[in-house]
Amino acid sequence: MSLAESRVPAGVNPPTEVSGNGAGSRRTVAPPTPVRRKPRPRRPREWTSADVWTLVGSVVSAACLNWLVLVRLTTGASWFGFLLCAYATFLVVFYVTTKDRLGKLVAVDRLATVVIVTSAVVVLIPLVLLVAYVLVEGLKALRLTFFVDDQTGITPIMPSTAGGGSHAIVGTVQQVGLALLWSLPLSLACAVFLNETRSRWRRPVRIFVDAMSGLPSIVAGLFIFATLILPFAKSGNPLFGFNGFMASLALAITMIPTITRTVEVVLRLVPDGLREASLAMGASRARTVWSVVFPTARTGMTTAVVLGIARAVGETAPLLFTAFGYDLMNANPFEGPQESLPLFVFRNIRKPDVAAIERGFAGALVLMIIVLALFALARFIGRDKSKQVAKRTRARAAERQARLEARPTVDQESQP
Amino acid sequence: MSDTIAPPPPPPPSTPPAGEDSSTGWKGGPSAIKLIGGPPPGPAEVEARGICAWFGDHLVLEDVNLVMRPGEVTALIGPSGCGKSTFLRILNRMHELVPGAALDGQILLDGQDIYATGTRAQQIRMRIGMVFQKPNPFPAMNIRENVLSGLKLAKIRCDDKDALVEESLERAGLWREVKDRLHQMGGALSGGQQQRLCIARALAVQPNVLLMDEPCSALDPTSTRRIEDTIDELRGQVTIVIVTHNMQQAQRVSDYCAFFLAAENEPGYLIEQGPTEKMFNDPDDPRTLDYVRGRFG
Repeated sequence: MSLAESRVPAGVNPPTEVSGNGAGSRRTVAPPTPVRRKPRPRRPREWTSADVWTLVGSVVSAACLNWLVLVRLTTGASWFGFLLCAYATFLVVFYVTTKDRLGKLVAVDRLATVVIVTSAVVVLIPLVLLVAYVLVEGLKALRLTFFVDDQTGITPIMPSTAGGGSHAIVGTVQQVGLALLWSLPLSLACAVFLNETRSRWRRPVRIFVDAMSGLPSIVAGLFIFATLILPFAKSGNPLFGFNGFMASLALAITMIPTITRTVEVVLRLVPDGLREASLAMGASRARTVWSVVFPTARTGMTTAVVLGIARAVGETAPLLFTAFGYDLMNANPFEGPQESLPLFVFRNIRKPDVAAIERGFAGALVLMIIVLALFALARFIGRDKSKQVAKRTRARAAERQARLEARPTVDQESQP
Repeated sequence: MSDTIAPPPPPPPSTPPAGEDSSTGWKGGPSAIKLIGGPPPGPAEVEARGICAWFGDHLVLEDVNLVMRPGEVTALIGPSGCGKSTFLRILNRMHELVPGAALDGQILLDGQDIYATGTRAQQIRMRIGMVFQKPNPFPAMNIRENVLSGLKLAKIRCDDKDALVEESLERAGLWREVKDRLHQMGGALSGGQQQRLCIARALAVQPNVLLMDEPCSALDPTSTRRIEDTIDELRGQVTIVIVTHNMQQAQRVSDYCAFFLAAENEPGYLIEQGPTEKMFNDPDDPRTLDYVRGRFG
């Protein structure tokens, strides 16, 4: 308000003074009363209530028209056909009405917006249905005992809430943990080789890693089965039989290309200037990678590792002929068949009794929660730290201020 | 090029401005802090003998002979693409990191050839520090860790790290601005502060020679002036070699000047060298006069 008032005299005065120079009588003419224009914020692309009602009206009219044509006047269509026709009619009606009101440019813009939004919703529907279905089915059998019990003494006539999948959870944790132990050093070394050296062999290695990331995971399981389990079948050595250790090797084969590729991309993002700065201070190349490149890429590398774990956790195929699956708790990954969550799901869903299928869904739900937690962990590790730093700095500044105020005399003496 | 708008040159060498830049801890002079495993103390002499450089088959620098006297500031001037930066990178063996790079000639650091067989490049780079055109503090480290990074990277030990941090930042003219936020990330500083942090980082290992590759070209005039003050205060303690495109800056900070020039598709030559005073007022070669007067380049 005050801005408008102060602006008006400045804009109006000069013309009156100029005219006053020409003719003295004009000087007394009162300046035109300032027209106060109330500022009204406009957002050119905003949807007004009229636009929203146009949208709603189009939906209703399209639905009614199609009901009339498809249901009353003809023999009718399936619900899916009805939806498709109604959607097409809706687009036409909406475009025509908007064009009539606001012109072609706006109508095309609105039409595109509506098409994109509905497409996004359509894409989202299967995802929501999938999660919801697993949630509903899994909750039938999921009790706290699921995390404590295994399948000891479970018969097909028992309810699905009896017994649990603790043996599968333990197996998954051990197998993936061991797989990470094998694959992480190899992947990091490979990524460093690809990005920090100038070897002639980088190209073939990169092609090989790319090819391996497209490897069907069952081939990894088959490879371990054929090279490490089958030849030693008669030796009786439990280490080379079905066990969690063999499963971890198969999982490591699927994890290595994933982690290598992601880490390599992250390392490539580290500016060359930092490497040069480090080398220029007398660091060796190895030292530079360890003390400068890795810390700079730390968050990205952590994300890469978590994504690699998330991929391995859900793998079923490599475990089929390595961990093999087992109904009871086996906490020793180096001896005897072991269960894991994907295997637990796979084996239970195939059973004929309803209780087992429900247990399978409970396992799937737990697996989904674990993967979700891993992704959340990746986001948490890779989060923006600058806000926290700012907060800590502010806290320290406040603390210092408090200290200064507590001892004013001392500070005044020390200042000059 | 923000640094070309710098104010008219004050009489070189400029005196450190009183009051605003007065330091509390470090009062000038050589460092009082002992490093274990670091370079020998004091500035060193660097002598280039018949230096030629190639990138692949392309000769970019031919027959450069130049002595950089201990404790003096030597400015390398010349238009872009005449091999100044290449020459600078040859001085601390950074040139060989470029794929396909080759060189001929000798670089003598206090009389010893740094390219002699059996000489470790890391050892040389520790003694001959470098500041780059673009400020490049390590983003994963805070200010204090950035200053101390040289110790970690070059495996030097120091008993009093706090004092070393303060002294290094003080010498780079940054202590007063950051002393209350040493644990903040280096990337949070302004461009000029980042560059001074890089200087502090290079000084923390107490090098004998400091190479600066257009240290002010990405900075505003105020930051440029702070860095020039820093260079001035380091005179006598470290041998400084600075590449600059700014004639006034070369005139202000340097004691000795070397003028490089390259014709079209030909390697760069050292056209003329001499005390800064002479190079700017009464050079022997007419091309030098044309360049320092801004008639070309």
